[in-house]
This record gives sequence, structure tokens and C-alpha cells, in this order.
Amino acid sequence: MADQKFPSPHEIATIPGTEGWERMYPYHYRFSTENKERKEYEENMFWFNDGLHYPEPMYPFDIIWDEAWFLGLSQFNTRIFMIPPALGVDHRILNGNIYITPVPVADPEEIQKRIPLFMERAGYYYEHWDELHDNWEKKMRELIGELKDVEINALPPMEDFSIVKEGLGTSSGYTLLANYDKIIDLGIRCWQYHFEFLNLGYASYVTFVDFCTRVFPDIPLQKITQMVGGINVIIYQPDEELKQLAKLAVQSGLADQILKGGKIDEVVLKLGASESGRNWLKAWDKAKDPWFYISTGTGWYHHDACWNDDLNVPLNSLRIYVQKLQEGHSIDRPLANVQEERERLVTEYRALLQTEEDRTTFDQLHRTSKMVFPYVENHLFYVEHWFHSIFWNKMREVAAIMKEHGFLNDIEDIWFLQRSEIKDALWDLVTGWATGSKAYGPLHWPKEIEWRKGVYQKFKEWTPPPAVGKPPETITEPFTIVLWGITNESMSAWAKLREIEDPDTVTEITGFAGSPGIVEGIARVCRSVKEIDQLQDGEILVAPTTSPSWAPAFQKIRAAVTDVGGIMCHAAIVCREYGVPAIVGTGQGTSIIKTGMHIKVDGNSGKIYIDRATATASTK
Amino acid sequence: MEQRHKYVLWFQECDINSVPVVGGKCASLGELLKANIPVPPGFAVTTGTYNRFLEDNDLDREIKSMLKPIRPEDTAGMERASQSIREMIEEKPISMELQDYIGEFYRLLSKRCQVPAVPVAVRSSATAEDLPGASFAGQQDTFLWVRGTDGVLHHIRKCWSSLFTARAISYRKQMGFGDEQVSISVGIQKMVNAFAAGVMFTLNPGNGDRSTIVIDANWGFGESVVSGLCTPDNFKINKVTLEIMKRTISAKECYFTTNLETQEVEKHECPPERACNQCIIDDEAIELARIGKLIETHYCKPMDIEWALDKDLPANGRVLILQSRPETVWSNRKADPACRPKASAMDHIVAGLLAGKKLS
Repeated sequence: MADQKFPSPHEIATIPGTEGWERMYPYHYRFSTENKERKEYEENMFWFNDGLHYPEPMYPFDIIWDEAWFLGLSQFNTRIFMIPPALGVDHRILNGNIYITPVPVADPEEIQKRIPLFMERAGYYYEHWDELHDNWEKKMRELIGELKDVEINALPPMEDFSIVKEGLGTSSGYTLLANYDKIIDLGIRCWQYHFEFLNLGYASYVTFVDFCTRVFPDIPLQKITQMVGGINVIIYQPDEELKQLAKLAVQSGLADQILKGGKIDEVVLKLGASESGRNWLKAWDKAKDPWFYISTGTGWYHHDACWNDDLNVPLNSLRIYVQKLQEGHSIDRPLANVQEERERLVTEYRALLQTEEDRTTFDQLHRTSKMVFPYVENHLFYVEHWFHSIFWNKMREVAAIMKEHGFLNDIEDIWFLQRSEIKDALWDLVTGWATGSKAYGPLHWPKEIEWRKGVYQKFKEWTPPPAVGKPPETITEPFTIVLWGITNESMSAWAKLREIEDPDTVTEITGFAGSPGIVEGIARVCRSVKEIDQLQDGEILVAPTTSPSWAPAFQKIRAAVTDVGGIMCHAAIVCREYGVPAIVGTGQGTSIIKTGMHIKVDGNSGKIYIDRATATASTK
Repeated sequence: MEQRHKYVLWFQECDINSVPVVGGKCASLGELLKANIPVPPGFAVTTGTYNRFLEDNDLDREIKSMLKPIRPEDTAGMERASQSIREMIEEKPISMELQDYIGEFYRLLSKRCQVPAVPVAVRSSATAEDLPGASFAGQQDTFLWVRGTDGVLHHIRKCWSSLFTARAISYRKQMGFGDEQVSISVGIQKMVNAFAAGVMFTLNPGNGDRSTIVIDANWGFGESVVSGLCTPDNFKINKVTLEIMKRTISAKECYFTTNLETQEVEKHECPPERACNQCIIDDEAIELARIGKLIETHYCKPMDIEWALDKDLPANGRVLILQSRPETVWSNRKADPACRPKASAMDHIVAGLLAGKKLS
């Protein structure tokens, strides 16, 4: 580890023209040298860039989820489950990029004291997993219901008479402030629930991984994941719904109307004219809630629109399926194969164990991991997709009011304000409305937002160092290990990445081997899910990341390459199912590979080779 | 039963029950084929043929009478008798009928290998291996690179006569076995014309991981790999899923091949344009690993295997297994549990969390 050198966090220079950027984010996120103790702490910790969640710099509003998990993850480790050697994960921001570090328990005696507490608390969760998990789903559904019910209403010139008649005693101004608070509170609460099971899920999974790699030093991580992975996880349900709709369309003889019907509104209009069309539309509408709340991104960014936001997105995906069906292909996920392969892996690996003791340990850990893993996969739909998708739109309702009052030039400008600034601005707005005077916001915010947009653009052009500070010898924090895959290899790869000077001369890129197999082919860079309709059969998809809404793309491609993601990310899981190679977490795949390039993807070693000789790249 | 079954049997027609007829060596080749483990093709000339040859030439009686008077300590007499018996066996004619059976099988073998007068190894396969404590292995001869029906017949007689080396006779006398109790079969097996060859372990010899199969491969015969004279290509394959996990292609400076004229193995420099090429394709490596898994299952233990790709055989039957023996380094170690058994998963999780993940 000593050979890995990373800069001190305090050495990272501010990008010229962005001076003062710190005010865009919570004040405590900045690295600072003002206080000696804090400075030393920051220098001696190992801060790595959370590129897994944030392929783009933070928007001042979107940092809400970073704050939410900063609190949520940390409190469950530190204060609730009392994970013996690990406290929370600390956060900072550098030129708009989030850096995080796991905080260990320093005192060995303290670790010992935490053991029985952890056994009792975590043990309770593991023992009552199913029942607590049912309760969790109920809580989440209620929470999402509450969010949907929050009303954001414009401020009237005169309050309705009902306020008087019913003796309410409050105004629309007050309600706006309260409901904004409520939206934010529900968001934070949702992220409290998010970690209720996740820490324990990862702890159990990490232990199983550790045991497997001890008895089988060569075992690929993807095989371990396959042994515990769920079969029917709900994150795939939106895609399943589309497949069902595609089948129904073909059976009802509606394929042509759907394929050639134009935009969604026209399609709906045409289908509405026939009995079978109306039946189909009924099924389509039914699938919308909740399944079309699936985000087209990871759900972490406000611009990750969901299917309900633009029904043309699911329509285009549906068309891919209808077409496949018409060509006589099966569009079903090879579920039986996945299941069978999982059973086979478990049986064969178990049979290779040498001692009865090992077989017992294997069984104990496998059983627990298999129990907790569905949560690890399923929570994403509830939180990052379903809840977030509704949440962003509620915020847009707030933004509409701010725009109406001249605080914003555009609804989408709201993301350049922190949630606390929005609250302040709403106070400004509401008091101005109440008083009949002019609010200050219109004089301040549009100008400030223009400046922030410029800063944000500069952040986007900057390449953040993969890590800063001092790497530790041991990491005990389960998330750090599972999610970010912090290992010697990954750190060397990062260190190497920084040395790349000219992206146009790179011929080899390395990532995590997400799904095995070797193929060669033509690359197609899709920066968002909207571009997947350009994919040709047999091309290699190169994307920043993928999510379940990308599923139809996997019907066409020969391999997938993503910038971010670990062994458990969506692209890796789906590619394993379809038996096509995937390399994930390459860091810079989309910036180095261009559409039309001939590349070779080795999903066993995690290497991508770019054929520069025939690289007549065309950028569409 | 066809008449020929008395005299010649394809290896795939042999199994453990045919030891008295085809000897131990041919029987075990038959067993491997039954387990779908590909060995070089060939056939057994049965003990029936040998017996019939003795009968036809009335050799039985003659041998007995020559050996009877010799006392076990009379080495010189033994030597003389051995020499005359062996000369006799090697000179007496094999009947036309037997010659036809053997010749026909040899022709069929050549046809199957698509090589006229295919070079074969002629090996004795003794039946005495089932006599307790009587190891005759290695006492009979093996002849390599034999070609043509006459050559085959000639070397079959040489194998037969090897039953009567002075050592073998004296051994039987000492152990009290009658000479009529031993018989001999001869295996005729295609010489592998290796395009590439090497070794395979059904575990990772580097770390003992039993979920890994490791293959070393080079151009030509396996000698270059076994002797360590060149750095071979190396494949690490997941035994459970048969996926290649790691592939290391080396600069393979030399390879071995046989000079058909001198019948000697020769070392050659590998031309630079070939040295760095992958010498077996991925599918072949995977096919080898699949067979390695079968061999391990067949013997119920991790194995150390010599293999070759035969350029004479069709692509789907090119992989051949030459030798398998139990792996000893890791298999002989006492298997300790990877971690102390604990009452519950919870205890393992705590222990795991406490240990953390070492970065250095």
C-alpha cells in the first residue's frame, strides 16, 4: 500500500474562475486548514471519490441524497447496530465531487465492548428478517403515499373564504413552507429506512465473500454474487411489465399500430379506437403505477427522468420487444437457466470443500446471505426509483411557484440551490407575498444561479483524482468493501488512470470483470437511455452506467462497458443473465471509446482493447 | 459373438472385466473411454491371439519342456533358454487368419486417423497384474513409432517374447507361478502427432484452489513443458463454470517434434512469429478443462494430467489424454478448515467484521 501515493486533500487547487464555489454546498463538506486538529484528521484519512454514485459533479440541491446517506448509513453503523470495528462514513466535497472515508473504531477496548451489543441488535434483525422486512415494505408504501399526497399550491392574491369559515387560522404561505418541509422530511425519512437492512445485508454478504475467497482463492466475485443473488427481484418488474405488454400487443394484433404509431399520444389515440386497443391501454395504464416510476438513470440525479415523465421511453423499449416477438425471438428472461445455474454453482463449490467444518460454515453463511440479498437488490426500486421519481417532480412544483415569483428563470434552475437556500428563498417569497412588498429573491437568485451554472460547467470539465489522503492498511466498513470495491488492485488501477494523458492514444482500458466471455465488435456509446434506439444488433454498448430501464438494450448487444459500477451493478447482473460479457467501473470508458470503434472486450480479465488501426470513429 | 472378438478388440470394447483377455493396460484405456475421457485410439490383440499362436505353432509344449529342467539358481541356463524361446516366438509364423484380423484392425485404425500406415505404439499389456504381489509392469516392452502391418506383426511377436526374458522366467519360478498361468495381450495405439501439448492440474498448484484447473501448453510434444525447457502458455479455468479466468501467453522459444526418419524426438527453435501466438485456442482449453473435470471425477481426486492435441484427428476429437496421475503436493496435505467452526452465521459475521479487509 505504501507505494500508492495520493495527494493531500488540501493540495487540490481551486479551478480558476470558480473561486467561492464552496457556498454552493453545505459548509461542513469543505476540506479546511483553519483548525489544526481537523486539518490533520483530513490529511490522515483516505478519501476516495464516490464515482459509483456520482458520475457527474454534485448539483447543490441533489446533494440532499448525499447528506441523507451520510446520516443514514453512519448512524446505523455507529449508533444503532454498533458494528464493532466500524463507525460511519465521513463526507467532503472537492470542486463539486464527493469524497468519502470510512471511520474506524480506534480503541480496541471499545471494539470489544461493542461486540455483545452488535450481536444482540444485529442478531435480532437477522432472526426476524422476513417479518421486519414486510414491515419495511409497508412503511415505504405509506411514505410514498404521503409524498404523493403533499400538495404544493400557488399563492392566491386573496385567500379562499373557507379559511375563515373553517377557522383554519393559517395561510397558503404557511402551508407552502410547511409542505416544502414535509417533502424534504419525507425524503430524509425515506433514506433512514433505506439503511435499515442494507448495512446488515452487506455485513453478511462481505463475510460470505471473505469465506469463499479464503477457501477458493481464485473464485471470481461474480460467482459468489450469483450464488446469493435473487431470481425474481422487483427491480426487473418494470421490464417484465413491458414484455407482458409486448406479448399482449402481438396477441391482440396491435403490433403494427404500436410499431408505426408515432409518438405516445398518437399511439394512445389510435388504440383508443378499438376494443382490443382499449383493453391494451388499460393494461398499459395499470403498469404505470408503480412500475413506470422506474428511473432512466440511477435515480440519484434530478435529471434522471422516469418512464412516467416521458412515456415515449417505455414505448420505444416496448417496440424493441414487439419487434423481437415478430421476428420469432423469445424475450423472456432466461429465469430457469439463472436458477439452475445458481443451484449448480452452490452444489459444485460446496462439493469442492475439503472438510465438514467448512461445509457447515459455507451453509451458515450462504443461507444468511441468500436471505438478506433480495433486500440489497429490491430497496433500489422503492427508494431510488419510485420515491425519488415522485420527489423530483414535487420539487418541480415548488420550483414553478418560485419561477412565477421571479426567483428562477426556469424550473430546472432550482437544482442550483441547496435545500436550505430554497427554504430561505421560500420565506423571502412568502413574506413578500404576505406583506405586499417586493421579495429580494428575484434580485439575488437568477444572477447567482447563472454564476453557479458556469462553475458547474467547469467542474464537469475537471477530472477528479480517484482518491486523496492516506490509504489505511485495513478497511472494516462493509459498504466500502462491497460497494466501492476498495482493494489493492482497484487502487493501483486508479493511480494508473491518472497517468493517462491523451485519451486518443489509449489502447487498453481496465475495469471490473462483471460478466465473463470475450467478444469483439463495434462500439456504440449511449450517454443516456434515450439513445438506446440507435443500437444495432451485435454492437457493444458503452454507457456511463445502466439501470433497469436500459433492459431492452441487452436484447441487442454483444457486450457492455460502463464507466461506473461494481460487480453487483445492473449491467453486470443483466449481462450475466444473458450470457454476454460486461466490464464495469472502467472510469473513463465513454470518454475514451467512440462510437464506431472496433473494440475487444474480455469479460474474464476486465480488459478492453481498442483497435486504433481501424478506428475510423464516427461520432453521431 | 463375432469370431474376431476372440482375437482383437477396440479399446472402447474393453473394460475392467476384460483384464484376463486384454491385460490391465488395455482394460484401463477402455475404462477411460467409457468415462468419456479421450485417449489415443487403438485396439488390443488379445491373449486369445497369443494362445492361438502358441497352439498353431505347438510352442506351448516346447516352451514347457525347455524350461522344466532349469533350476531357479541356474542363471546361465535360464539365459540360454530365454534366448531360444524368444527367438522361436519371434520367428514362428502368425497364421493367415490371425494376420488378417490384426491387419484389418490396423488398416481401420489408419483410416480413422486419416494417415496411411499410421505410426503406432505397440505395448504389452500383461494379464499377470491380477496375480497378487506380482508386478510385471515394466518388464514387458514398448515399441514406439511402428508403421505398417508387417512392422506391427513383428513387434507384436516381440511383445509376446518379452514374457520370456530371463528375469521374467526367474521371477515366476521364484514366486511359484506356472508359465502357463501368464498370458499376454498387446495394445496397438496411435502415436500422438502433437500439434500442441502440455500438462493440466485439476487444482491450482500455486495456491491449492480446487475450484481451478490450470493448463500449461506449448507447440509440439509435451516434453518441452514437462522438462521445463520453455515458458508455456498458461490458462486458469474455473472448474465449476469452465470459464477461462486468466490467460497468460508466453514467448515459447522452443518446441519438440519427432523426426519420422530417425524416430527421435528433436528440439526445435520456435520461429519468432509463432513463439508469442496462443498455442491452443480458448475452446480447446475449455474442452481440456471439461475432460480434466471428468478425469478427476473418475479417480475421485485431484489429478496431474498429460495431454496433447493430435493434428491427425478431426477437430472435435483432437484432444487426447496421455497420462493421469494423482496430484500429490496439495492432496497429501492435511485439510484444515478455513476458519474455526462457529455456532452461527452471526458469530462468523462478527469475526469477519473484526478482521476487516487488509489492503496491504
